[in-house]
Amino acid sequence: MSNTQTIKKVENKAVKTERITGSEAIIKCLIAEGVDILYGYPGGAIMPVYDELFKYQDKIHHVLTRHEQGAAHAAQGYARISGKVGVAMATSGPGATNLITGIADAQIDSTPLVCITGQVFSHLLGSDAFQETDIVGISTPVTKWNHQITKAEDIPEVLAKAFYIAKSGRPGPVLIDITKDAQVQEFDFKYEKCTEVRSYNPVPKTNIESVKAAAKLINNAKKPLIVWGQGVILGEAEEELKAVVEKAGIPAAWTILGASALPTSHPLNVGMVGMHGNYAPNKLTNECDVLIAIGMRFDDRVTGDLKTYAKQAKVIHFDIDPAEIDKNVKTDVAVLGNSKESLALLLKELEENSHQEWHQKFKDLYKIEYEKVIKSDLLPEKEGLTMGEVLKEINTQTKGDAAIVSDVGQHQMIACRYAEFNKTKSNITSGGLGTMGFALPAAIGAKMAAPDREVVAIIGDGGYQMNIQELGTVFQQEVPVKIVVLNNEFLGMVRQWQQLFFDKRYASTEMTNPDFVTIAKGYRINAKRVTKREELADAVKDMIASKSSYFLEVCVEKEDNVFPMIPTGASVSDVRLS
Amino acid sequence: MNEEIKTLTISIYTENNIGLLNRISAIFQRRHINIESLTTSQSEIENVNRFVIVVKISETQAKKIVGQIEKQVEVIKAYYHDEHETIFTESCMFKIKSELLFEEPQIQNIIKESDTRIVTVNKQFFVLEKSGRRHEIEALRRDLSAFGIMQFVRSGRIAVTKDEMKITELLDGVKNK
Ligand SMILES: Cc1ncc(C[n+]2csc(CCOP(=O)(O)OP(=O)(O)O)c2C)c(N)n1
Repeated sequence: MSNTQTIKKVENKAVKTERITGSEAIIKCLIAEGVDILYGYPGGAIMPVYDELFKYQDKIHHVLTRHEQGAAHAAQGYARISGKVGVAMATSGPGATNLITGIADAQIDSTPLVCITGQVFSHLLGSDAFQETDIVGISTPVTKWNHQITKAEDIPEVLAKAFYIAKSGRPGPVLIDITKDAQVQEFDFKYEKCTEVRSYNPVPKTNIESVKAAAKLINNAKKPLIVWGQGVILGEAEEELKAVVEKAGIPAAWTILGASALPTSHPLNVGMVGMHGNYAPNKLTNECDVLIAIGMRFDDRVTGDLKTYAKQAKVIHFDIDPAEIDKNVKTDVAVLGNSKESLALLLKELEENSHQEWHQKFKDLYKIEYEKVIKSDLLPEKEGLTMGEVLKEINTQTKGDAAIVSDVGQHQMIACRYAEFNKTKSNITSGGLGTMGFALPAAIGAKMAAPDREVVAIIGDGGYQMNIQELGTVFQQEVPVKIVVLNNEFLGMVRQWQQLFFDKRYASTEMTNPDFVTIAKGYRINAKRVTKREELADAVKDMIASKSSYFLEVCVEKEDNVFPMIPTGASVSDVRLS
Repeated sequence: MNEEIKTLTISIYTENNIGLLNRISAIFQRRHINIESLTTSQSEIENVNRFVIVVKISETQAKKIVGQIEKQVEVIKAYYHDEHETIFTESCMFKIKSELLFEEPQIQNIIKESDTRIVTVNKQFFVLEKSGRRHEIEALRRDLSAFGIMQFVRSGRIAVTKDEMKITELLDGVKNK
């Protein structure tokens, strides 16, 4: 088999073999990879593995979600907060296809996942057998790698390869489809971790000349701006980023997935870029003389119109993925490699600087944003509650230590704009795919991976109902997540667009909602609804004080909008404040 | 901004894995790039396959495509080349009624002049085979179609580059790491 040739064997004479079934081998592989939790849903084609799981309950905790999409998102939440590989499992056919949204989300947000799906017997492949789908074909465009196993003896090598590929370099999801006969066959098992795949170069070598060229540009810059992304968090380069920012005195802004790598309170942290990012970094992107992009991919939500994006600036791009260089924005200097190493190299070449005057520009623009937007978001004078003040209250009660898991919509943008982050890996959200329904299951995974952290999910009334069934998982697993639904009785973000660009024709965005508190209580989850400002602080306090899971519904103003905003296709400097 | 569209040959050295063809073709499909021809076979290196894909795109597009292709785990290396950097050919086959071979002396001349090979002859039909540039094959087809062609098939382009591609060194480099 070709896989055998692609994996370099680690010499280890001590590895003993034992005769076991494919299913047992799968479990043993997972244990060998340090997996102690997996999320999934059983069914015919994966039953032999579930049967083995029953035997290994003390080693691996299987979490029965209420939908396979929930399993994939929970595994993502687990991976995002822990930096480890998240594992999800499903049966063939509908089980496998239900994982796809989560896999696609993980692919675009570079989240390491290993998904295991059961498949019909290999002699039935291609015959439209009961619950057969070509999941390898379906998942190909949304996985970093995938593979179908039809023989038990291939299980150890392929799973070892799966974990290695999912985690190394730019992480991503891997799907392994295993036929039922491969699950029941016996073979001589032994496990060796994969450390290398010959056709795969996960971390390109950092070229020191490119680092020097970058440093030279930065040292000569009058108005440098850093925009960092999730690559900093994935590379665990938070300290290096901070050191670079401080030594060279460079204002640093973040993409949505980069949030929390540098504390919100850091004086050189100038906020978020992109469609609903902060005013100053967006405006000044088109004024800086050197733009230093670190572990970010110039997504169109960040750049707006590429024709006008940072045209005046020399662009330096640090990335682990060579395919990102010049993909959207033409760079002057590309520094390939792991951000932890490349930033450490850069640091040595940088001269100390402070750029006071340049930094003042950010402060001035912040003042404008504060007066026009932030003040009324956080300290509203009108009667209705704002999403911003809820976030502010959560910040106060958690002292900025919480991990915030947000869904998709207005509340997400508000959460990312206003949450205060003291710790890294604290902003868990669906960035690239913008998947409604992400937050509730992702929060479950995050809390299970980091039980010592406060995990608060911020969800809209629309997205909540996309995976509301996962309340059952919260209840059964007793996961003490805090769930906040910001209820505006609208698909708010779409309604905002309808208001601004479709003459207020609110086509199918109004939501008649059920009694969310009763639903939560039906799942035996403590719950409260807040409709008035006076009740907010106490309610949030009760929620945070709760040792078990807690549901808080806050009825907010129905037609509030999120600003600043860069309309689609507009230039970043055309950012609107109202 | 409008860059010149060229006929480029993309060479991809890969592991020999089921499913990789899907991954590679999807990269072209997502960007709405039409594949002019695609050939895949073993390469000079044991257990290493080679794809030869001909597309009409700009160099900027080619660079990005090659980057996306190389990103695939099982791709060892990908390159793009223009026509001057490669030596390339296609081959084709014609199936023609046997009686024509004897009744139309002109066919024999065509075969001789175009350097075409007779693969087989039987009572019903004979088969011609020719390798060459696209225009040569097309000219032959034009000439023969006057007499009637029962079947015609043409392969995709196969190409070797004038420059070395150093795949063996690349693979050795990984092994010795
Ligand atoms: C699965 C999915 N379907 C549709 C969308 C399009 N979409 C983006 S935001 C949004 C509205 C979200 O409404 P809600 O969850 O109530 O949050 P709000 O914007 O009101 O805070 C929709 C429908 C999406 N992102 N994901």
